[in-house]
Amino acid sequence: MAGLSKENLERARQTIALYPQARSAMLPLLHIVQEQEGYLTEEGMAQVADLLDLSPAEVYGTATFYDMLFTHPVGTYLLSVCTNIACLLNGGYELLEHAEKRLGVKAGGTTADGRFTLEEVECIGLCGNAPCLTANWRFFGDLTADSFDTLVDDLGAGRLSETVPRHGTLCRVRRSVGLTAAGPKGEQAKPPPEEAAAPASEAPQSVAPGTHDQPPSREGAEKAAKQASEVPKTGDTASDQGSGRRK
Amino acid sequence: MADAASGEKTSVTITVDGREIEAKPGEMIIAAAERHGVYIPRFCYHPRMRPVGMCRMCLVEVVGPRGPMLSPACFVPVADGQVVNTETPGVKKAQDGVLEFLLANHPLDCPVCDKGGECPLQDQTFAFGPGETRFVEEKRHWEKPISLSALVQLDRERCIQCDRCTRFADEVAGDALIEFVGRGAEIEINTFPDEPFSSYFSGNTVQICPVGALLAAPYRFRARPWDLEQVESTCQACAFGCRIAVQSSNDKLTRYLGLDSDPVNHGWLCDKGRFSYEAVNSALRLGHPLVRSGSSLAAASWSEALDAAAQGLSDARTTFGAESVAVIGGARLANEDAYAWAKLAKGVLGTDSVDCQLGDGLPPEVVVGLPRATIDEACSASSVVLLAPDIKEALPVLYLRLRAAAVDGKTKIIELSPCSTGLTRYAAAVVGYAPGEAAAAARALAGAEPAGGNDAVEAARAMLGDRPVVVLGRPSVAESAQSIVEAAGVLAQLPGVRFLSALRRGNVHGAIDAGLAPGLLPGRVSLNSAGDWFSRHWGSVPATAGLDTAGILAAAAAGNVHGLVLLGADPLSDFPDQQLARRALERASFVVAVDTFLNDSVQHADVVLPAATFAERPGTTTNIEGRITRLGQKITAPEVAWPDWMIAVELAARLEADLGFFSMEEISEEMERLAPAFAGVTSELLASRPYRDGVVIPLREFPSPTRPTTVDSTADPMSTPGVLHADDQGPTEPVPAADDEGDEVEVSPSEVPGSDGGANRPPLLEWDGRVEPVTLPKPDAYALRLVVGRKLYDRGVLVQMSPALAPLAAPPVLRAHPSDLDRLGVKSGGQVRLRSARLSATIEVQADPHQRRGTASVPYNVPGLDTGALLRADEPVTEIAIETL
Amino acid sequence: MATSVDPIVTRNIGNPESWTLRSYLDHGGYEGLRRALKMSPEEVQSEVDKANLLGRGGAGFPAGRKWSMLRKASPSYLVVNGDESEPATFKDHMLMEEDPHQIIEGTLITAYAIGAAQAFIYVRGEFALGIERMTSALNEAYAHGAVGHRIFDSDFSIDVVIHPGAGAYICGDETALLESLEGKRGFPRIKPPYFPAVMGLYGAPTIVNNVETMSNVPWIILNGGEAFAAMGEAQATGTRLFAVSGHVVKPGNYEVELAKNTFRDLIYDPRYGAGIRGGNQLKAFIPGGASSFWFGPERLDMPLDETKVKGEGGSMMGSGSVIAMDENMCMVRASWRLVRFFQRESCGQCTPCREGSSWLEKIMRRIENGAGRTDDLDLLLDVCDNISPGVQWPSKWPPNMTTICPLGPSIPPPIVSAIGMFRDEFLVHIKEGACPYG
Ligand SMILES: Cc1cc2nc3c(=O)[nH]c(=O)nc-3n(C[C@H](O)[C@H](O)[C@H](O)COP(=O)(O)O)c2cc1C
Ligand code: SF4
Ligand code: FES
Repeated sequence: MAGLSKENLERARQTIALYPQARSAMLPLLHIVQEQEGYLTEEGMAQVADLLDLSPAEVYGTATFYDMLFTHPVGTYLLSVCTNIACLLNGGYELLEHAEKRLGVKAGGTTADGRFTLEEVECIGLCGNAPCLTANWRFFGDLTADSFDTLVDDLGAGRLSETVPRHGTLCRVRRSVGLTAAGPKGEQAKPPPEEAAAPASEAPQSVAPGTHDQPPSREGAEKAAKQASEVPKTGDTASDQGSGRRK
Repeated sequence: MADAASGEKTSVTITVDGREIEAKPGEMIIAAAERHGVYIPRFCYHPRMRPVGMCRMCLVEVVGPRGPMLSPACFVPVADGQVVNTETPGVKKAQDGVLEFLLANHPLDCPVCDKGGECPLQDQTFAFGPGETRFVEEKRHWEKPISLSALVQLDRERCIQCDRCTRFADEVAGDALIEFVGRGAEIEINTFPDEPFSSYFSGNTVQICPVGALLAAPYRFRARPWDLEQVESTCQACAFGCRIAVQSSNDKLTRYLGLDSDPVNHGWLCDKGRFSYEAVNSALRLGHPLVRSGSSLAAASWSEALDAAAQGLSDARTTFGAESVAVIGGARLANEDAYAWAKLAKGVLGTDSVDCQLGDGLPPEVVVGLPRATIDEACSASSVVLLAPDIKEALPVLYLRLRAAAVDGKTKIIELSPCSTGLTRYAAAVVGYAPGEAAAAARALAGAEPAGGNDAVEAARAMLGDRPVVVLGRPSVAESAQSIVEAAGVLAQLPGVRFLSALRRGNVHGAIDAGLAPGLLPGRVSLNSAGDWFSRHWGSVPATAGLDTAGILAAAAAGNVHGLVLLGADPLSDFPDQQLARRALERASFVVAVDTFLNDSVQHADVVLPAATFAERPGTTTNIEGRITRLGQKITAPEVAWPDWMIAVELAARLEADLGFFSMEEISEEMERLAPAFAGVTSELLASRPYRDGVVIPLREFPSPTRPTTVDSTADPMSTPGVLHADDQGPTEPVPAADDEGDEVEVSPSEVPGSDGGANRPPLLEWDGRVEPVTLPKPDAYALRLVVGRKLYDRGVLVQMSPALAPLAAPPVLRAHPSDLDRLGVKSGGQVRLRSARLSATIEVQADPHQRRGTASVPYNVPGLDTGALLRADEPVTEIAIETL
Repeated sequence: MATSVDPIVTRNIGNPESWTLRSYLDHGGYEGLRRALKMSPEEVQSEVDKANLLGRGGAGFPAGRKWSMLRKASPSYLVVNGDESEPATFKDHMLMEEDPHQIIEGTLITAYAIGAAQAFIYVRGEFALGIERMTSALNEAYAHGAVGHRIFDSDFSIDVVIHPGAGAYICGDETALLESLEGKRGFPRIKPPYFPAVMGLYGAPTIVNNVETMSNVPWIILNGGEAFAAMGEAQATGTRLFAVSGHVVKPGNYEVELAKNTFRDLIYDPRYGAGIRGGNQLKAFIPGGASSFWFGPERLDMPLDETKVKGEGGSMMGSGSVIAMDENMCMVRASWRLVRFFQRESCGQCTPCREGSSWLEKIMRRIENGAGRTDDLDLLLDVCDNISPGVQWPSKWPPNMTTICPLGPSIPPPIVSAIGMFRDEFLVHIKEGACPYG
């Protein structure tokens, strides 16, 4: 990698500016690297170290503490199947077994084509819709073997590319202002105009360009924004409401 | 108990196992209990690091409002009236439990583990642990061992995740290059991939590792702990004076361990010091006298060699006068050796051209004649002004101490420097200057010249505070000592200022104090004022001051030195004008070398006398603050090598003189009696337990010169296994009966110089501050003024003769400001041609924004560049040009 | 029979696009903040004090009291804990996705009350949609003048930062969360100091409160602390959001009045869990998250009152998650899975937790897989005792610990409960060398 893209570097700088101490931006910055590269490359970690004035070992040591951060390549789609108590009680292990068969890899493995990484995870907080999983941290609940297969088919065919962003992308909504409490001076911390330009009230879920395969047109952005605000669906198998929604 | 003045509590009372003990407010239970003989088991706790309370081995019951609660003794501070139980069944069960947990995944490979036999985990299992294991599961597996660096290996299976090494690296060394990686049971210690733990202090992690997880590559599999014998001593790899335990097996050195000296090293060592024992063991050591026959040196007996040496020196003296004899060197010697040689040179040979520095230091009257600060005083001063070489490279453990003071926020570091150094990161203000212009920078800082709107100078001035300490040495050997002397003169005017010397070579301060310096006599007195006193006791002393090393070499090159003694000196590689040194050695008609290796300069000698060195003879040594500590003898010198003092005595005898002593003990008695600064420093004092950390001389000058040590040198017993106390100092020193209370040694005021009973000893030298201003050449727009500093790992014998260290001496890099590189069209990272009036060489170049514009830095005496050949002793600054290849 | 009160924290959920500013404003959003800004910080604090709002993050400490313990020093910070990772707890997840503005409003009011210099909302990393909705809401709130410089033209200014976690349960512990927010490994901090209110983020005084705790604050300001305290009883005031999961007919998050309702209501009331699926019998339930001691059906009528659950029950309501297990569930397997959770999530600092959790997990797995030994149960209990001295069945609260943080003593409860209640089931596993439930 040639380091963070210009845009991501700018994002990184803006993120650092949000905190009283630079090191606090560690996790957000690592998410940016992972979003760009798919995982934490050595170069990426070294660059984060540089930005935060730390040693690369400090970044590496910190990153490896966290389950969502990968220091080795993972598939385009990370399927994280929960087997913790609520899912255990509702067939989580059966789902995982089915997933292993369907994808032909054991939990922890990545399919040969590099599309899917399957992992067994602890409770993801969708226990009202157990058994469940996340695909790149987008939630899918009340799964059956069939609906799992449909999900894998849809992901593989790119049918969900807007609701389930490609690898690593954690959050498609950008903060639209920097720190302002200190008054006008703080406002200078505003992010680049294209993001600030969309008034928050008009496009609350403004999706930043560059996170999708194609830079979305204005119209596309709005569509994506709308989708981002909805709970991802796979046919009729996914949870029909917000995650953990049942009331 | 309360301090009457402040009203603050100075001690609290706690009850440990039913016994009331006094504790210091704020200290941890574990420390208070230990001082009173209650040892609470522990692994992660280290008294010199932030407690983390992770291993949970130190759990004890602290009685609280809800009854006794298990609490980590390493993390809970004492409180008045606190009740602590360390031996209840509940405590015992918790501790047993922790041990069992630790052993669950710990491999039982003790027989092949370096730590076996001195392992706290082994010991505590033996002392407290269960007899058998209930853990039948498979243990964790890791590849064993992996290399963290060239010096340190890691067996992760043995690691007990105590955070000691990682805390040390980050907190103490400031090199956060090893970290916890992973989480929970999968935690390992590791580096960033492909970025080794290349810290100057890495060996400390091996020493403080409570198990055999971290291993020193040079020691691994070399010895079994129960075969080791040991003695306390003081490291001589630099002049900081770290206290160490010297360990040997089969009359070979096997290991140095850092001892915790509260005023000095806090238990830490640098890797150069720690592994330099390999040089002592080297097969290339000189073991036999050699005498020149024709173009080669041939083995000879001591009497042949001594006869030849005496003959040559005496011929020179009778034919050309005493001024034609000179002595260079002495920093390798113990204080007593140095005194014997000073007496031989000045009292017998009659020359004052004696210099233990090699043109890379400062005039001796400046070193000893300024008001001095101790290391502790520097590290607790409100500001420290650095006018010194890169402390990290020159005096690494002083770097640790100053860094800690700066990180704590207590002390502001103000750096006067033409380039970045290891401490620049921690400096509160940096005042840059161009080589040769240190005095102007000093004047600006001292307020003698307007700051001229320079913010850095203004900021630095505001930080000075009322009692600043100046760390003084030569920032660069490519800049004349004169300009630093001038700057020192300016800084000496700061109110309340004190100085800490940053001369780096071994026992250079002891050698100066013993009189191995021109114009000085033993005990920090000048030839002028003490000439009579010493003539009276020695018979005679030279009438006028002699030459320093630069002067001696110039005289030799001009054919005026007919008897030259190299006393552990290698001017060809150490003197910052290689051409002059070469001409001098070639033209000196008779050269005697007293040394441990046949180095480049020694090859020019007519007679070579093999000397015993570190750990092969007892004695004392003096560090940068003037602290005298004892050296321990542990092994015998190779073949027939002798201690330097004995060589002096025998040479004197052949010159028909009697030095008047036949043992180290007698020398130290004479020094105490005659050399004013040594007054009161008796071997009894140094051998007594309260003064195990030595004493700072002169005894009267410091507020608490003889402050008895309060911290046990085994403050962290886990890292100094088997080291009990200072009494074990080697066989030749008298060991007073050491009971705990009764060995307080009184320093009688009558022994203190200047006081009534001082028997009219001459006064200690005070520097008059007189300096000749330096005239600098006009700057040349295309030239860069050179800054030359030393690296820790260089081409010196200590590094080169230690197989583990030699490969660490890195090739040279030239550093210059990015704008200069741009201006000259040179790319950072590439090779350039470096040109001076004398030399042309290719070298890698790096941009460094901390480098002052118009200057460039190169290291001294590293493989790949003969920096010494670039320099001229008579030029105030050196200029070079760089060109793309 | 379950009581019926109007919901507080879930009152907006179900509104179309409840997460948008427009919807929030349509339902009285940010009125609490406007009102609070007209009060003095002390008055705000005193309303919350009167409400006796207990923290909803697990420890159950009164929010008002916590705020009053803030060491007076500048700067001080507010950190909102949205790291929710406790097994079978999914209430904060819902609040962050469905009503982010309510959390932000509560955060702003709290920041005002305590005089914070900056506020951080730490959202569990895996909650991507939650992070997106929280971020959007924050953007909207800035644009609306509710955050930032001179909020609603008052003299009060504050910035809020949404901070994503990166996957580590332990970061829910407030001190680990602060470490993580400082960009470090999420190692819980050792005590003393006991409270972040004394030494928290960057060493400065810091209040850490849970997302649900924050969600209650706007309502309390609008309706008064007394109105809140009028619900529930004594030490269990107001309503609380319970996450009900496992073998119930209708798993989900249910907001119910405290003290007046019981676990039976949560599991059996048709409005809530609606009973055990397939008409099966309830075998046991976990009353307060993975770290709590289990209850048998005989405890169903225990009121939802922390003092009672702790005192009489020896367990806790913890994070407010109730997991029902039916008669067909293997208790060895259920408790093994919870132990495995702690084993995977132990931060690794403390020897007893790091090594103990791995060891216990291995023994439990062995038993479940049919390789158990007869003395394994004693071994399990003794190892538990070395992590949490004095741990016993029937259980007692609070647990003792040999570790830094409460994760260590969270490991024994599932084991001790399962062995205590279902020892025979373990013995069958060991004797028959297999799990009787397949
Ligand atoms: C292991 C562990 C995990 C925790 N997880 C959470 C959590 O996910 N969310 C939360 O709000 N509090 C959690 N807590 C409790 C917090 O430490 C803290 O008490 C709480 O955030 C304070 O907020 P409150 O007073 O509003 O409840 C956890 C505590 C521990 C020991
Ligand atoms: S108890 Fe466990 S999770 Fe908590 S600090 Fe200790 S090792 Fe970490
Ligand atoms: S926890 Fe106290 S010594 Fe390790």
